[in-house]
This record gives sequence, structure tokens and C-alpha cells, in this order.
Amino acid sequence: MTSRSDPGAPSRPADHIDSAEPDPGEASVNQPKLGVVGWLRFAWRQLTSMRTALLLLLLLAIAAVPGSLVPQRSSDPNGVTQYFDDNPTLAPILDGFQMFDVYTSAWFSAVYLLLFVSLIGCIIPRTKHHFEALRARPPRTPARLGRLAGYTERTAPEGIDAETAIATATTQLRQAGYRVERYEQRGVLSVSAERGYLRETGNLVFHTALLGVLVAVGFGGGFGFSGQRVIVEGQTFVNTLAAYDSFNPGRFFDDTRLQPYSLSLEELDAVYETENRKAFGQPIDFTAHVTVEGQGEESTDRTVKVNEPLYTHGTDVYLLGNGYAPTITVRNADGEVVFTDSVPFLPQDANLTSIGVVKVPDGMDEQLGMVGFFYPTQETLDTGAYASTYPDLVYPVLTLNVYQGDLGINEGKPTSVYTLDPSTMEQLTGGDTGVDSIELMPGETTELPNGLGTVTFENASPDASEGDYSQSVPRFASFDIHHDPTQIWVLVFAVLILAGLLVSLFVPRRRMWVKALERPDGRIALEYAALARGEDPTLEDAVSAFADKHAGPADDAK
Amino acid sequence: MQLDEISILCVYSAMVVYAIAFIAFSIDLAKRSAAVTAAADATPEVTAGAPEHVGVLQAAAAAKASAAAAAAEGGASAGPARPAKVKLGAAGGPGAGASVAYGRSPALRVGVAMTVLAWLLHLSGTVLRGLAAGRVPWANMYEFALTGTLIITTVFLLVLVVAKQDLRFLGTFVTGLVLVLLGVATINFYVSPIPLPPALQSIWLVIHVFVASASVGFFALGFALSVVQLMQARREAVIASAKAAKASFLATLPDAVSLENLAYRVNIIGFIMWTFTLMAGAVWAEKAWGRYWGWDTKEVWTFIIWVVYAGYIHARATRGWRGSRSAWLAIIGFSTVLFNFTVVNLFFKGLHAYSGL
Ligand code: HEM
Repeated sequence: MTSRSDPGAPSRPADHIDSAEPDPGEASVNQPKLGVVGWLRFAWRQLTSMRTALLLLLLLAIAAVPGSLVPQRSSDPNGVTQYFDDNPTLAPILDGFQMFDVYTSAWFSAVYLLLFVSLIGCIIPRTKHHFEALRARPPRTPARLGRLAGYTERTAPEGIDAETAIATATTQLRQAGYRVERYEQRGVLSVSAERGYLRETGNLVFHTALLGVLVAVGFGGGFGFSGQRVIVEGQTFVNTLAAYDSFNPGRFFDDTRLQPYSLSLEELDAVYETENRKAFGQPIDFTAHVTVEGQGEESTDRTVKVNEPLYTHGTDVYLLGNGYAPTITVRNADGEVVFTDSVPFLPQDANLTSIGVVKVPDGMDEQLGMVGFFYPTQETLDTGAYASTYPDLVYPVLTLNVYQGDLGINEGKPTSVYTLDPSTMEQLTGGDTGVDSIELMPGETTELPNGLGTVTFENASPDASEGDYSQSVPRFASFDIHHDPTQIWVLVFAVLILAGLLVSLFVPRRRMWVKALERPDGRIALEYAALARGEDPTLEDAVSAFADKHAGPADDAK
Repeated sequence: MQLDEISILCVYSAMVVYAIAFIAFSIDLAKRSAAVTAAADATPEVTAGAPEHVGVLQAAAAAKASAAAAAAEGGASAGPARPAKVKLGAAGGPGAGASVAYGRSPALRVGVAMTVLAWLLHLSGTVLRGLAAGRVPWANMYEFALTGTLIITTVFLLVLVVAKQDLRFLGTFVTGLVLVLLGVATINFYVSPIPLPPALQSIWLVIHVFVASASVGFFALGFALSVVQLMQARREAVIASAKAAKASFLATLPDAVSLENLAYRVNIIGFIMWTFTLMAGAVWAEKAWGRYWGWDTKEVWTFIIWVVYAGYIHARATRGWRGSRSAWLAIIGFSTVLFNFTVVNLFFKGLHAYSGL
């Protein structure tokens, strides 16, 4: 790219600090002659210059900021909804600038894509050049070493001729990891040596691996999937598309690749702090005990914990949440069971006050819906409201508000199992109805209003001693199940980035020369000097150390 | 008394001693200014080492001679002589007429001694905090601040030992910064030691957070060097324009280019550690949250810091940007680090809700 006199030096963009200063005269002569090709070349050179790379990097940093100021759809969809509610005029304007999808927005993508184009334009010529440099001989010894870094002189001991001095220097330099070449210029013997090619290799590996990460991340979403599934203790999940509560396939994902293994949640252990008063009730440990069984395999006992996902059958299973799933049974006026199930209730606070919904579509005159609150350790506040004061099951209470009417699930519209749309229903208990909400403890049964039937809050451990509710309500675990075949590549490139960085920042690249000049008195004067290629804080010490090792301490110190 | 109470006592004592160190370092800076004003006849201090050493060539010559002698005697030849280790005293003094040599004032010695003492107290306070909590002492804001500032002092003391240049003059900045951060932490961030929530129970808490704190230590020092570099560059510009420069402690410090090189070396160590922090964070996020990267606010800022420092490294290699401009980038970089630690932790919403406040 740049014309240079020194073929051994690493190739650098023209405005790199080590590149030759451009000749202003040359530029002004060339300017008017730029044709289309000339302009393209000019634009390309601008794009692949150090300055552009720098500006794009700074731009990237700035462009990333808004995504931390405004909630993002990718990481915080509820926050976005909230933001729209709170700022009804501002939010649509921001949305117009893709402020809620910053990291997939056109402008953010433009910055990093330009940066990576610049990167490609930068590393290709440099890689080519580096391969050539790796095969090239160290360059000729400069005519005068005196002005170079760390220049020092020694006198060879008596009896040593130029040939021997240069031969030992050559061997020593080679042993120190230098590539060496002997020169004889106008009868003067010298050795030219270069080391630290690894520095440039590291730099190229680093920049190429950056590209690798980008590509791997870009494709990663495409071939994998992520899904969510809530499993109540005792239930089994089979890894098929239909079994997921929600499923997001990548663009190229093909669901025949799902291995239909089964995963049963035997038990979810939750441990809460009871001793440290300052942290009373804080979660200490969640462990999901599961059994996994592939087709034609023995079932195996495994565990999933918050920081210890389960890797099985090509999927990664993460324990991302848990809560209570009270078992509720509804009987109609004839005493027939029309509903019985463990219903996952979504936790609302740290003490696991939870909300859940029961929908009874069939078996009664009209469809029945119930919105329930569950308090694992119920206490009545001064206001009369209920609250939970501890997340474990000490005094569990379930309250239910009953609705009758149309559940809105018959039109085939997808509806959430966690919400009830009361607009087409009539409320029978709680709220303004004047009828108290239904209130149950495990094992209790009560009448539904208007003689509709009964509702039971089943006790999961009916044999427990009086007052021990610790096992009375089943728990559920909410699992995220992922598959990302490119994740390993991201890791590989990340490791290469780090390795390349270490090498390119800490391996010094330098040249060193030793020259043997015959003095009139017949003794040999030895000259040593070096040249740094990039940051090299120890260069001068390296020269004097080498000279000392080769010819002994400095003349004046003898 | 409980362990945590002893820990707090240590931290408060450390703060008092840091304050004394800060005052001593400030007095030293004032003395430097006075010395510069007074020093018309100051002679630069030059140390020349007298290396005691034999070169390979001499050994070869000797070997040749002895081999010749041995050959003459018909005996075996001598084995190769092994050169002794070299130690060369570096010649001191920046050489420029504008600089003034300055030894070590008593105030400077007191400053360093007090810093070491404060560091010991600080270390004890931090270790006791960990013992009180029964885990690593960096799991909430208070503890991040405690450990982070401890590492800043540690890095400073380490660099004093390792670096060839005398960096004691940074003591004012380092002790001042540590004192302020510790003050804010003890007053505003303190929480009593509580056990770890499941999301933090991971080996990555030990690795990721520790390396992050360590890189902050290096960035802090790099920042200080860059600030002094800018001041020095301005002074040098004034001298170069042949105007009379004001007598200033800067005359006793390394020149702007040396400061820049030092800042660069410190900052790239910080950068490598930050790169590791970012990656380790991604590995941990994969384990704990099921995805390695999700543009959570803390991830965003970790990324921003990384990119700013990558920009800084590039700037150093870009014509027209080396020198003061790249120094500004290092300063911006450290500002984003502080921003990330304070504002982002306290006011931004995200998954990293571990301030404990
Ligand atoms: C994707 C964005 C980029 C990042 C994050 C990045 C980061 C870095 C880092 C951390 C270094 C120092 C470590 C090393 O030498 O290996 C570096 C050096 C370098 N980068 Fe980049 N870079 C990027 C893009 C580019 C581009 C587009 C170019 C070409 C214009 C470029 C050219 C260079 C050069 C020439 C060096 C060596 C500097 C020296 O001689 O000290 N980089 N880069």
C-alpha cells in the first residue's frame, strides 16, 4: 500500500506513526489526475487508514451508549412497554431512531460493519506482507550505526579477528531467537539480525480473531434455538417443539434436529437464609433434581443449578427461575372433578407473593376463571392487606377471585396461561362484589359462590405432622433450553484474541546489528546498535546486555 | 468484637493513614516547586554502574589461549566459560535543560512509608471482611470499593518497586483517589456482610471481578500518568516557545514523552486484563443467565470501556494522535471506568443488580 524503502518492516497504513511522512508535493501533483479508479483507490485508502479505524472505534463507543440509557427490547421488553406508558410522546420518536433496538439498529450496524470492512482492508495486505517478511532475509546492515538506538562500541580482545567476532555474534544472536544474516560490505563484516516476528503475527491473529467473533456471533443465532419451559415437580418434559412454552428458532434452524429426550423434575430444593438477621429470607441455594432419559437409554439423575447448567443431548438447560405451583381441584355442582392441576404461580417479590390463574373451560354451565394470590408465609398487614413475609412454606395461604363468563379461549386466539381477560366475564368474589375472596390453606376445600361447586387446595404431603407445611405445595422450575452450535467458535476466537493481544503487546520486535571494523592497530572495534519496530522499552538495555555478553563490559569501565 | 467490626476499624485507620500520606506527598510537591525555584546550580545526578563481567569473546580469547597452552602441553581443552550476569546502572537525568534533578525529600519518604502502612491496614480490613462474610470480599458495592482501592494502592506500590523511573510523585493522586473512594464507600455503600445469592455463587465471581478490579488499578495509574503528561507537555511547549516557564514541580518529573510511554505500558496491562474481564464475564453470563452476551447495561459499559482503550492504543500508533490527543483518550477511558463503577452500578437498571444497596 505505501511505498517504502524497508521491506522487512511490518506493513502499516500510511498514517501509522512508523510509516514514512507523505511527501506533500507528490500529493498535490497527483490530485488533479484522479479518475474514477483513482477516487476509489483514494476512498479505500481513507477507509483503511489508522485515522478512520480510530474514529470508527470512538464512534462505536459513543453509539453503544444510548442502549444503556433507554430500555432495550432484546434485554428488557417490559421496560420498553413501561417506557412507552411513561413517555407517550417521546417514546415513538425515539423508536423512530431505533433507540429501543440500538444493537441491531441500522446506524449501529453501519458503524461496526464499516469498522470491520476497514479491518479487512487493513489486515489483508498486512498478512500478505507479513508472510513475505517471514521469508525475507534481515536487511543489510546500515552504513553508519552511530545514530541508531543503544549504539555502543567495544574492543575485541586481543587475538580475536573480525571473522571470529562476527561468527560468535551470529551464533549468540541466533541462540537469542534472532533471525540472522551475515553481510560483507566494502570489506567490513557485519551481522544483521531481527527478532519478534511473533509480534506482528500476534497483531494479525488478534485482528482476524475479532472478525471471527463477529462472524461466529452473526451466524450463531441462525443455527440454534432458545426455548422456555416451566416444569412442576413430578412433571416430565419431552424435547419436542410442541412441548415448549415458547420457542425462538434461528433463521436456519431445522426442528428435526431436536433430540426427543425427556427431562423430569423430581424435586426443586430451595434454601433460604435463616440465621443472618440482616439477610433473613435471602435465597442461598436453588437446586433442581432432574432425571434425563434419551431414546433407548437408561435414565440418569442430574442436577441443574443457577450457575451450573445441564449440558445434555445437544442442549444447554438453565435454571432461570422457580416458584410455587399450588395444586387446585374444582368440582362442579354435581361433585364431578372438572379441573385438577398444579398451576404455576408467578413470583412477584422476594418473599414469593405469587399470582396465578385457573381456567375451567368445560364441565360447568358457564366457563369459570380464577385469579389467585399465593402467600407462602402469609401475614396480615395493618391495612388489612395480605403479604408474604418469608419465601418458604411456613403458613401458606391461597386466595382466589372467581369469575364466570367467556374465557375468550375458544376463538383459537393464543392467550397467556398467566393472565385472565375479565372483560367478558362477571366477577363473583373479591373486589367490589361484596363477597369475600376464597381463602384456603393446603388440604382445605370450600364452596364456590352461587352453588357452582367446590374448590380444593390440595396438600401435597397430607401425612405431614400438624402445622408442618414445608412440603405442602409443589414447586416449579422454569428452564431455558438453548442450543448454539457456534458458541464454541466464539470461545475459540476469544481465546485467540487474548493470546494475540498478549503476544503483540509484549513480544518486542527489534533489529540488532554487530559490525566488526579493523582498527589501525590491528585490533577489532565492534559496533552494536538496534532499531525498535514498535513499542520496545527495553531496547537499549538489550543492546548493551548483548554487547556485554559478546565482548565484555564497556571499554571505559575496564 | 466481631470480625466485621475489626475490619471497619482497620479501614478507618487506613483512611487516617492515607490522609497523612496524602498530606506528606502534597508537601513534597510543594517542596519540589520550591526546589525548582531555588535550583540554578542543581547538578543532574548521574549514576554509572561498574559492571563486573567477562564477555564471550574474552572467554573465547582466553579459551583460545588456554587451548593453545593446553595443546602445547598435550592436555584437554578448557570448557566454555560462562558469562556472569550483567547489571548496568542506568544513566539518570532527562538531559533537557528544562529539568531539575531532585532527590528524595523527607516528606516523600514519609509519604511512601505511610502509604505502605495504610496499605497493610487496608489489606487487613479487606481480608477480615472476607473472613466475616465467609467468601471473597468483592460481592457488593462496598466490597468492590474496598478491594478495588486496595488494588490501586497495590499496583502503585508494585510499580514503585518494579519501574525504573521514580513514580513516587504520583503518591498525591493515588492516596487522594483511594481516600475519596474509601470515604464514599464507607459512608454511602456500607452493607453488613451477607451470604451470596445463588447467581453469585461461582468461581467466576472470584476470577472475573478480581481481574476487573485489578485492571481498574492499572487504569487509575495510567490515568494519573496521562494527566501529568498533559501538564508536562504544556510546560514543555511554553519552554519551547522560549517564554519563561513558571517554576513548577513538573521540572523535577520525567519529560512528557517518558510519561506517555509509562502511561502506555501501564494502560496496556490494564487493557489486557479488561479484555479478559470481558471474556470471563461472557463465560459467566452463559452459565448464570443462559447467554454469553445480551447487551445488559453493565455489559454495554464494559464494552464501551474496552473500545475506548482500544481507541487509545490505536491513537498512540496514529500519526497526529500520539502525544496529547491519545492522553485525552486515556483520561476519557478512566472516566468511563469510574462512571461504570458508580453511576451505572447505582442508577442503571440491569441484571447486574449486585450493589447490595
Ligand atoms: C474492530 C476494531 C478494532 C479493534 C478492537 C482493534 C484493536 C486493536 C488493539 C487492541 C491493538 C493493540 C494490540 C495489537 O497490536 O495487537 C491494535 C493494534 C493495531 N491495529 Fe487495530 N483494532 C481494530 C481495527 C483496526 C483497523 C480497522 C485497523 C486498520 C486500519 C487496525 C490497525 C491496527 C494496527 C496497525 C495496529 C498496530 C499498532 C501498533 O503498531 O502499535 N486496527 N488494534
